[in-house]
Order: sequence, then structure tokens, then C-alpha cells
Amino acid sequence: MRNLRSLLSRQDDRLPYLTGHFPPHEKDAAVLEAAGLGFQYDGTTALEQISFKLHPGERVAVVGPNGAGKSTLFKIIAGILKPSSGQVEVYGHEPGGHICIAYVPQRNQVDWNFPVSVADVVMMGRVGKIGMLRWPRARDWQAVHRALEVVQMGEMAGRQISELSGGQQQRVFIARALAQEAELMLMDEPLTGLDMTTQEEIFYILDALRDQGVTVLVAMHDLKVAAERFDRVMLLNHRLLGLGSPEDVFTPAILQQAYGSHLRLIDTNKGMMVLEDTCCEEGDHHHD
Amino acid sequence: MIEWLLEPWHYAFMLRALLGTTLVGIVCAVVGSYIVLRGMSFLGDALAHAILPGVAVGYLVGGSAQDALFWGALGAALLSAFGIGAISRGTKIKEDTAIGVIFAGMFALGIALVSTVRNYAGDLAHFLFGDVLAIRTADLWRIGGLGIVVILIVFLLYKEFLVLSFDPVLAATLRIPAKGLNYALLVLIALTIVISLQAVGVALMVAMLTTPAATAYLLTRRLPVMMALAAVLSVLAGLVGLYVSYYLGIASGAAIVLTATFFFALTWGIKAWRKN
Repeated sequence: MRNLRSLLSRQDDRLPYLTGHFPPHEKDAAVLEAAGLGFQYDGTTALEQISFKLHPGERVAVVGPNGAGKSTLFKIIAGILKPSSGQVEVYGHEPGGHICIAYVPQRNQVDWNFPVSVADVVMMGRVGKIGMLRWPRARDWQAVHRALEVVQMGEMAGRQISELSGGQQQRVFIARALAQEAELMLMDEPLTGLDMTTQEEIFYILDALRDQGVTVLVAMHDLKVAAERFDRVMLLNHRLLGLGSPEDVFTPAILQQAYGSHLRLIDTNKGMMVLEDTCCEEGDHHHD
Repeated sequence: MIEWLLEPWHYAFMLRALLGTTLVGIVCAVVGSYIVLRGMSFLGDALAHAILPGVAVGYLVGGSAQDALFWGALGAALLSAFGIGAISRGTKIKEDTAIGVIFAGMFALGIALVSTVRNYAGDLAHFLFGDVLAIRTADLWRIGGLGIVVILIVFLLYKEFLVLSFDPVLAATLRIPAKGLNYALLVLIALTIVISLQAVGVALMVAMLTTPAATAYLLTRRLPVMMALAAVLSVLAGLVGLYVSYYLGIASGAAIVLTATFFFALTWGIKAWRKN
């Protein structure tokens, strides 16, 4: 993983690292602003009164019990679902006009037997840029290969996606988001099912992305990792229960509000440790 | 042996049949690859059956004039495709239920219409199972022309169809017009079915759409290769099927489909055997 940082931080390779264009957006404007978001379906309320702002380059963990509405929130931000109330603005616009948001799906929602290679999947990220009725040009393939190099998957470009390990699968989808020239990445449980070493590799890439000003929102279950590796944490259970530094948000009172009985509180001599979402790591997310 | 191999092709109708199955096979293989990957076989089968009333109306209006049959079939296919979409979106009825209802209803309407004709059994069998040996030069031109149109559209929309099939969520974030493209795919399937009608008929159509593509899916890991391989298998099945039909006196459509099925069984068997 050594040359990754240098690859990403070359001055001429600033974001979007792949084509040399600078993002058209202002430097310190909020990347994302959600105001009073609500989402109802079939009479159930998935989300209500969600308001927050994200700043360029920050890494935010989104935690909350299963069915808390994490995926729903991501899909609204990505413009896939329309909120029932409230609005989202990405760089001051409705998400509909933007393709600079990438949604990185949960690995279990991908058909890994689909007959495509690693490079094919990453190229899908460029489909919006290439435009209808056209085939990828040389510079699109260049972008694909550079994105794969960034995630250290350059040599796997020709492999069929079913041959990949869990960590490699995740990296391919990050590469796809890079090829899309995403400035905001929404990652749906990228760490679920990965061992510690592989999680470290993902964080190495995430660190490099942060250096490049890419804003990353990660839905996850592990509160400990959330507390240790993220700038801010967002605690969600249909409502936004807290958004801020882990110390401010992961207080017993707020956590209790989110998890109720699904939470394990550990009293240590240094103070209260609250670090377990005992709810199903690999559980089903149909309601999410 | 050579004489045995060449003998069928002394007949112009056999040559036309071969050209017909080749063209149909290629188009079915390409469109069928999407059907296999997206799990739309039932829809393909239903659309094939649902064109029967259109064919019947075309037949009643224009006799065996192929133009009337063609437009009737295309109209019925599109009507069914949009009908299925409307029912499954507008109510709580699931898509496969909507497909079942429309499929059976349209098929029954087709049989009812055909049954008003005197030569009922013969005509119905013709539509159900096709008769590639009766294919005419004008039919070949139409199959070839429309086949090129279908393949050209698949070529132009290749990456959009790919994204839509693999990851609809990505398609949504990239602002790819999913609804329009899904309808475009339905229209392509309908066109493919209509041009294949003469070769395999309504009842065996789904085999041409799925069997070669499914066989190719077992053999390769890349979509373009899958399409090409499916086309080769499909053309080969047409060739072998016509020999079988010629020498054993078996209905041509059935012989072609049986050959394609044999290819699939062989591939599947070898794959399963190698695994153990």
C-alpha cells in the first residue's frame, strides 16, 4: 500500500484525480446540507426531522440499530429516493443534478456471478460522464486503471468479479466511485464481514481520500471503530440523535436512546465504556 | 459423407431455412443474454405467447401476408409488455402474477380468434411451432433488416443496459433514464420475438431466447463473450437442428430447440462433473 498516498497526492493529480479537472464547486461551501428530511412508506416512518451539514473532506460514521434508516438516508442523499418531506442540497443544488455522489453498495447486494471483469465494473462509474450512445474512450480506460491503482487493484483488472476476496470486492467498488469522480461517497457497511487486516487496508484508502478532500459517509455497526477512526459520528434511529465528536455523541444517555436494550454498557475504572451494538452484524437489512 | 452433408442444401427452401435460423439465432442470443442475466425468462415466454392474438388478427385481416402478421404480432407484444408494467406498478399485484394473467389471457384470445378459421388445427400449429422450412425471401429481408436494427440498438445502449442490469442503484445515481431504457429493452425483446416467430413459433420461443444464452453463461465470465458464444451456439443449433429435421423428419422448430437443449445439457453436465 506504500505508493498509494503518493499516487493520490501528486499535485497534478488533485481531485478529480483522474482527469485533472478541478471540481467546479467552491472550496468551503457545505458539501451536503439536509434540512428536515423525512421519509415515510406504507404508513411507517423511516426517517423524520433529519437536519445536518457535511464539510468537505470529513469522514463521518453513521451508526444506529438495524432498520434505523441508514440505507434510506443514503438513498435519499444519492437522489435515488425522494424524501417525503424536507430537502437535501449537495453543493447548494438538489441531488438530482449531481453525479458527483457515489453510493457504494453493501457487498451482499451485488450479483458477484455477473459476467463482468473488475475493469468493467469500475468503468460503470464513468457511464454518466461518457454520455448516452457512446463507447468508452482511451481516457476513460485510463481513469479506470488509475482508479484501480489507487486501491491497489491494478493487477486484478482483468479478473472476473467472482474471483475476488471480500476486501478486494470492497476496493473495486471504491475504485468505481473514484472513476465516477465522486466528491461525496456513501458507503453502506463496507466493513461488515471483513477481518481486521482487511479493514485496515480500507482505512488506508479512506485516509488517502480524506487527504484529497473527498467527503465520506460510512454506515456501520462497530461503535468502537466509529469512535476511533472517524472525524464525526452520526447516531441515527429514525431521528438524528446526535452528530458530533464520538465523545459528545457516544454518551450512555444518547446511546440508550438509540439502542435501548440492544446495548452493552461496560463500567470501567476510567469511566463508562459503551461499545457494543449487540445487534446482528450480518443480519438482514430488508427494513433498512 | 460429404454428399450426405451437402444433400439438404440442394434445396432452396433448406438454404433459406438455414439463413433464417442463423439470423434469428444471432438476434435471439444477443437479446437473450440480457434476459438470462436479468432473470426475465418468464416475461420472455409470456410475451412470445401474448403475440398470438396479434398474429391471429393479422391472419384474419391479411391472410398469410406476412406484413399483417408482423404488425399484428408487434402490436400485441407491445400492448402486453406495457400492460404488465401498468398492472404491476399500479396495484399491489406482483409482476410475475401480472405476467401470468396477461400471458394466459392474451394466449386464450389468440386461440379463440384462430379457432374461428376453418383450418383451425393446422394454422394454430403453424403459429405455435413455426415453420422455418416455409420461410420466404421477403421474410429473410425483414428478419435481417430488423435484426440489424435490434443489434445496433443493443450496441449503442450497451453500457447503459449493462449498468441497469448489474446495478440499478448506480444507474439511478448516474441519472441514467432507467424507465425509458427498461421499456426500450422490452421493445427489443418484442421485436426479437416477432422476427423469430416464423422460425420457432410462439411455444418454443423462450428456448431460443434463453437456452443458448444460458449455455454461454456457464462457459464465460464476460458479457460480450457471452453474447458472441450464445450466437455461435444458436447458429450451430440451427444448423444441426435442420440436419436432424431433414433426415429424421422431425418438425424443424422442435429439432432446433432440442439441439440447443442438448448443448446446454452437455455443458451443464461437464461443468457439474468437473466440479466433483
